[in-house]
Amino acid sequence: MIHFDNVNKRYPGGHEALINLSFHIPRGQMAFLTGHSGAGKSTLLKLIALIERPSRGNILLDGINLSQIKNSKIPYIRRNIGIIFQNHHLLYDRTVFDNVALPLIIAGYTHNEVGKRVRAALDQVGLLNKEKVAPITLSGGEQQRVGIARAIVHKPGLLLADEPTGNLDPELSREIMELFARFNQVGVTVLIASHDLDLIGQMQRPVISLKDGLLVHDDLAEMTSHG
Amino acid sequence: MAKFESSNQVARNSPVKAYFIHHIRTLISSLGFLTRNGLSTVMTMTVIAIALALPSGLYVFLTNISHVSVGWDNSAQISLFLKSDVTEKQAQQLVKKLNLYEDIKTVKLIHKDDALEEFQRISGFGEALESLGKNPLPHVIAAQPKIDPQRADKIQHLLKELRNLKEVDIAQLDLQWVKRLYSMLEIAHRGIWVISVLLALAVLLVVGNTIRLDIQNRRAEIEVTKLIGATNAFIRRPFLYSGLWYGLSGGVLAWILTSISIGLMENSVEQLASLYNSGFQLQGLYFNEAMTLIGFSCSLGLLGSWIAVSRHLHEIEPS
Ligand SMILES: Nc1ncnc2c1ncn2[C@@H]1O[C@H](COP(=O)(O)OP(=O)(O)O)[C@@H](O)[C@H]1O
Ligand SMILES: [Mg+2]
Repeated sequence: MIHFDNVNKRYPGGHEALINLSFHIPRGQMAFLTGHSGAGKSTLLKLIALIERPSRGNILLDGINLSQIKNSKIPYIRRNIGIIFQNHHLLYDRTVFDNVALPLIIAGYTHNEVGKRVRAALDQVGLLNKEKVAPITLSGGEQQRVGIARAIVHKPGLLLADEPTGNLDPELSREIMELFARFNQVGVTVLIASHDLDLIGQMQRPVISLKDGLLVHDDLAEMTSHG
Repeated sequence: MAKFESSNQVARNSPVKAYFIHHIRTLISSLGFLTRNGLSTVMTMTVIAIALALPSGLYVFLTNISHVSVGWDNSAQISLFLKSDVTEKQAQQLVKKLNLYEDIKTVKLIHKDDALEEFQRISGFGEALESLGKNPLPHVIAAQPKIDPQRADKIQHLLKELRNLKEVDIAQLDLQWVKRLYSMLEIAHRGIWVISVLLALAVLLVVGNTIRLDIQNRRAEIEVTKLIGATNAFIRRPFLYSGLWYGLSGGVLAWILTSISIGLMENSVEQLASLYNSGFQLQGLYFNEAMTLIGFSCSLGLLGSWIAVSRHLHEIEPS
């Protein structure tokens, strides 16, 4: 699903955020990306979502070489990725329903279908009764779940989450992770960046570790070399 | 790739239908957005309306003057004030003579007694004039030249000829001011164009600036929608529609403003016209002119937002 092949990312100013990165995350896998703050986790996710472009090397997403994607085609790639951020990125002048509906509106779903899918997504994150409220009235955990509902409402093949539990207490964090695990069970590939090692330990999923932009540990590579 | 792309194909509208559904949704929601922004929307609308009402008001004014002056085209006339010792009979002979001139269309004698009577009636100085005993007015011959008003040389020539007649004291051409009026109208018409172009630019700037602020205010929203996979066209659309709404509402308001101004002026214009024995009526914007105004306004709104959007939208990328 995700192939990194000798990827380098140098930011303007010369900082090497990622250095010679190669790994492979198979389809349907759920994996964690970890490392200290500044290790390059967010940069790695941004490369997959085409928010940034690599300075060198190739990234393949489901067989598509992302370096061959023109800027005008980026939206169509992103529609197959659900992205979840630490700080929600919700639109606070719209209801929960309208926030979650956004990806469907963009993709041109019918009115009926939008209603059905938004409610299904809100149901999955346990917020069905909140569809009409403004996001600002929700707790941090609830807002994060609205963000998750928005990320999965159009059933993307890939979920990327950047520190999705960064602001949450351990119990809520755990709930969110269980939610991701459930999506993964129905075939969605999930990649979660987090520095919460306790939580990652509990989940028992393969881990990719970065340190100063270098790959220092890759469970997935070990799995393939062992198998 | 198969699953990656096909998973979403289930209950989506056909591209064409989706396109229209989205347009209508955006059209309506952009209206909603504008109404939520109450005060600034109203201000933008009003500025547009005033900027457009000004040239259209001038246009209406000039059109009306041109209507009035069309009647004057033929009325360029030469008044011949005869010497006071010229008798009625001599005057009538002169009329016959003038009728033979090929550059003269019609000739009319205004008898000095008729002139006096008319003057007494209109002026109310009746008694004062009577006390003079003798009629101080001369006979006057009104001659209408058969010459294109533009041919000043020919008219001047005729005028000179008439002045040299022995019965004639003064020969006065009323054409000069008609010509002047025409050239003034001409200048004013050009002036309207200049003003319109300047004010159209102002409207573009106002709409452009409003949309630019709109874009800045919705920066976060634009970033998020881009991240979710919105195309530039999708993001552009609500702003273009806002521009269209601004143009439409500003244009309609300009029409209303123009009509109100005309309504306010109507009474006094009619009074003035009746003083000159004219059945003249102030004519407002015709329907098709109003539609042109509104159409123009819509185009300006759309163009202004287009410029703002193409300049500022691409600066916003998620990071
Ligand atoms: N837009 C940017 N411009 C320049 N340097 C950046 C930019 N974004 C991140 N960096 C740098 O790249 C490194 C990796 O950042 P990041 O990927 O955000 O790490 P992490 O998410 O693991 O904390 C950091 O040193 C950071 O300062
Ligand atoms: Mg980060």
